[in-house]
Amino acid sequence: MMPRAKLKAQKIDAAEARLAPLILPKGGAWITAARKDAQARLLQMGLPSKRDEYWKYTDPRRLIADQAEAGALHDTGGETPVFDCIDRVKLVFVDGVFDAAASDAPELAGVEICQLAQAAQSDLHWARDLYGKLEARGQAPVERSLASFNTAYATQGVLIRATGKAEKPVSLIYTRSAENADAMLHHVIRVEAGAELTLLENGPCAARFNQVIEADIAAGATLHHVRAQGRDHERAGAVHIFAALGAGAQLKSFTLTANGALIRNEAVIWLDGEDGSAHIAGATVGDGAFHHDDTVFITHAAPRCESRQVFKKVLRHGAVGVFQGKILVEQPAQLTDGYQISQSLLLDENAQFLAKPELEIYADDVKCSHGSTSGEIDPSQLFYLRARGVSEDDAKLLLVLAFLAEALEEIGDPALAEDLRSRLEGWLKRHS
Amino acid sequence: MAALDDGQLREGVDRETVETVQSMGGAYKHGWETEIEMDFAPKGLNEDIVRLISEKNNEPEWLLDWRLTAYRRWLTMESPDWALLKIPEIDYQEQYYYAKPKSMTEKPKSLDEVDPKLLETYAKLGIPLKEQAILAGVEGADEGRKVAVDAVFDSVSLGTTFKKELAEAGVIFCSISEAVQEHPDLVKKYLGSVVPQNDNYFAALNSAVFSDGSFVYIPAGVKCPMELSTYFRINAENTGQFERTLIIAEKGSYVSYLEGCTAPKRDTAQLHAAVVEIVVLEEAEVKYSTVQNWFPGDEDGKGGIYNFVTKRADCREDRAKVMWTQVETGSAITWKYPSCILRGDEAQGEFYSIAIANNWQQADTGTKMVHLGRNTRSRIVSKGISAGQAQNTYRGLVSMHPKARDSRNYTQCDSLLIGDKCGAHTVPYIEVRNASSRVEHEATTSKVDDDQLFYCRSRGMDEEEAVALVVNGFCKEVLQELPMEFAMEAQALVAISLEGSVG
Repeated sequence: MMPRAKLKAQKIDAAEARLAPLILPKGGAWITAARKDAQARLLQMGLPSKRDEYWKYTDPRRLIADQAEAGALHDTGGETPVFDCIDRVKLVFVDGVFDAAASDAPELAGVEICQLAQAAQSDLHWARDLYGKLEARGQAPVERSLASFNTAYATQGVLIRATGKAEKPVSLIYTRSAENADAMLHHVIRVEAGAELTLLENGPCAARFNQVIEADIAAGATLHHVRAQGRDHERAGAVHIFAALGAGAQLKSFTLTANGALIRNEAVIWLDGEDGSAHIAGATVGDGAFHHDDTVFITHAAPRCESRQVFKKVLRHGAVGVFQGKILVEQPAQLTDGYQISQSLLLDENAQFLAKPELEIYADDVKCSHGSTSGEIDPSQLFYLRARGVSEDDAKLLLVLAFLAEALEEIGDPALAEDLRSRLEGWLKRHS
Repeated sequence: MAALDDGQLREGVDRETVETVQSMGGAYKHGWETEIEMDFAPKGLNEDIVRLISEKNNEPEWLLDWRLTAYRRWLTMESPDWALLKIPEIDYQEQYYYAKPKSMTEKPKSLDEVDPKLLETYAKLGIPLKEQAILAGVEGADEGRKVAVDAVFDSVSLGTTFKKELAEAGVIFCSISEAVQEHPDLVKKYLGSVVPQNDNYFAALNSAVFSDGSFVYIPAGVKCPMELSTYFRINAENTGQFERTLIIAEKGSYVSYLEGCTAPKRDTAQLHAAVVEIVVLEEAEVKYSTVQNWFPGDEDGKGGIYNFVTKRADCREDRAKVMWTQVETGSAITWKYPSCILRGDEAQGEFYSIAIANNWQQADTGTKMVHLGRNTRSRIVSKGISAGQAQNTYRGLVSMHPKARDSRNYTQCDSLLIGDKCGAHTVPYIEVRNASSRVEHEATTSKVDDDQLFYCRSRGMDEEEAVALVVNGFCKEVLQELPMEFAMEAQALVAISLEGSVG
């Protein structure tokens, strides 16, 4: 074991070396202050290391290297993109850069939409109170320094403020055109008291990406977040969502991930007001050289909140699925209801599932539980279907879809859920 | 155990347990101290102390070298910080590493020659050192049921009972210092083969300065004719206890081993860093049960034992089986993960644990099940109870290696919180590297159910009685895995440990 002080010094050295050639982006007073703070945080924490407990199951080297590893673009074979059937306001980012020409006009009743690049030029912006603030809060008790890196150096992203019930979703579409693009996106979302917003994200983004979403969901507000990552194999990314919920606020976040060389999705959620509710779910289909990591940290800081984590992974041909989930119940958070399930279906002998589902509880009147399972397709279920004349491939497909269904049920909107379900079915069919 | 002395406690103990709680008045009952002249090694830790301990035990050269290697490794290591524990800085130079009653300078030939004061100590603790006696509290339970005891007092073993009878069966049961003299080949072959010297910080420390502990060897095909038991007592002040236990079960053998521990009440914390190694060969089975009742510190969190223990069983060959059962009620801080390496095909490991933390106690305990062989099985049942200002963590690892095909694990961890100032935590690591193995993990955390309490209260129980009853129910799955002698004690202990936690 490396001495702790030495490891820390190495991480800081790595951060200094990584930042040396970079120049802090120029901007207005508010964002410059936020970027400088984030840079200081990063230099104080250092870059993540494989030796960090928090990175026990995922090697961050590819995410922190000086250059993005180039990767071939994925041929979708003419498949229509996810969410195509949904009426929405589209904002397109190509290799992580906003493409106004390809995007819809950012006009939606009850919603203010503005590009980070534009807001950064002003000296005052509502995002000032949020940009980098939730990310900074998310640096304890665990360091997430890739997110500070993002806060300091991101120049692209969108700032969304919902003041009413948005009529249609805001949809962020990430397309890839270059084989070696290295994207950094930072989005800030504020859902004002009683307002409601649906945020969609899809597309492969870039060869490497570092994304941060900071979401402030005020009292009685609702944020629906549905994300489809994929389906190219050759991409690596670290994604963070930091969300703080006020009293009675709701967050539903669902992520579908298909393929990808190295994806780390982190969700850091605070239930700050009474009666808040956070549901974080994910369905993952991994094939071959695939490493997918869901890391979720939910803090119950107020009484009577509810949280759910539902993660399902189907893995084969050497794919690795990681789940690190934590429910932290602070002392005032009496009457908490916390639930967490992580399950994996390993379709062949080479797949791996690595999980660390944690509970840390300081309040006594709570109901918290977690479960985690791993195994292959149940032969008796397969036999049941085969005995009824279903072919082996179809039977397996049915069982895999049934396994993933519990996570898909966490999507609030049935149309979105069906879109993703049929998409999954198509992908699985093509692979079998 | 004093509460059991009246011989009243038998099966269906619920009502009596409640009476025990009432009669105990909340005090740690093994907190007295034996006044006796001690022979100490000088305070502090250095190579000379390691040499001195080795010399006092008249050890061969290879063992001294083994200790020194461990000591040098220890110097380069850091105290682990990953557990959910707040461990005050330990000054390793302010401890004694060797303490032996003066009367033991000349090793007594049999227990009859041991200083009566020492024997009284064990009598008071309810530990039978006379062969006709059986453990207190189980009279009439099972005629002729015998338990052989190794009594370890600070750094030395006072002696073991039933030696002759065990020898007839071919079983070796003696202190490890004696085994070094009498069976050096066995010790040399197996010592450190399960927990190497540099395994972790505390194991390295133990390897350097271990004093006494038990040695058990069960020859092939032998079912040990009685239960074996070691009773550890820390008595001297500012003295660490570093016992080392080595159990070897040859092909097709069986043994059930019990371990108990207590210490006097003191204001300053004391260190206990033990290592237990178990080697289980083909088709052998070892049951290892612990009731850990070291002094937990007082109501204000002063004093208590720091219990930093490495316990590991290596199921080296096919169909080897090991079962850990622990009831952890004592110690100010517990850092303990009895583990199973399931190397042989169809090997089995089981872990049943009750960990109770009250007042200012902190416990970070659990197990590791490392599946290497095919068709291996493991089962974990952990019950954690937190009360007062205590913190209680289950930490465990289930690892299925690529070659451990068709293996199976089931884990259940339940936590119970009594009071709103304590904490209950669960930190399982699950690593599945092959598809044909099945792993299931379940954990729940809740408080003592109001409905159950109300039910008991409405039948005339006071609140404390009701909680004791509910808690005993919560623990039942583990308690029933204990050998009867321990189950009785443990059940009473569960209630006593929670004394004063209600209201």
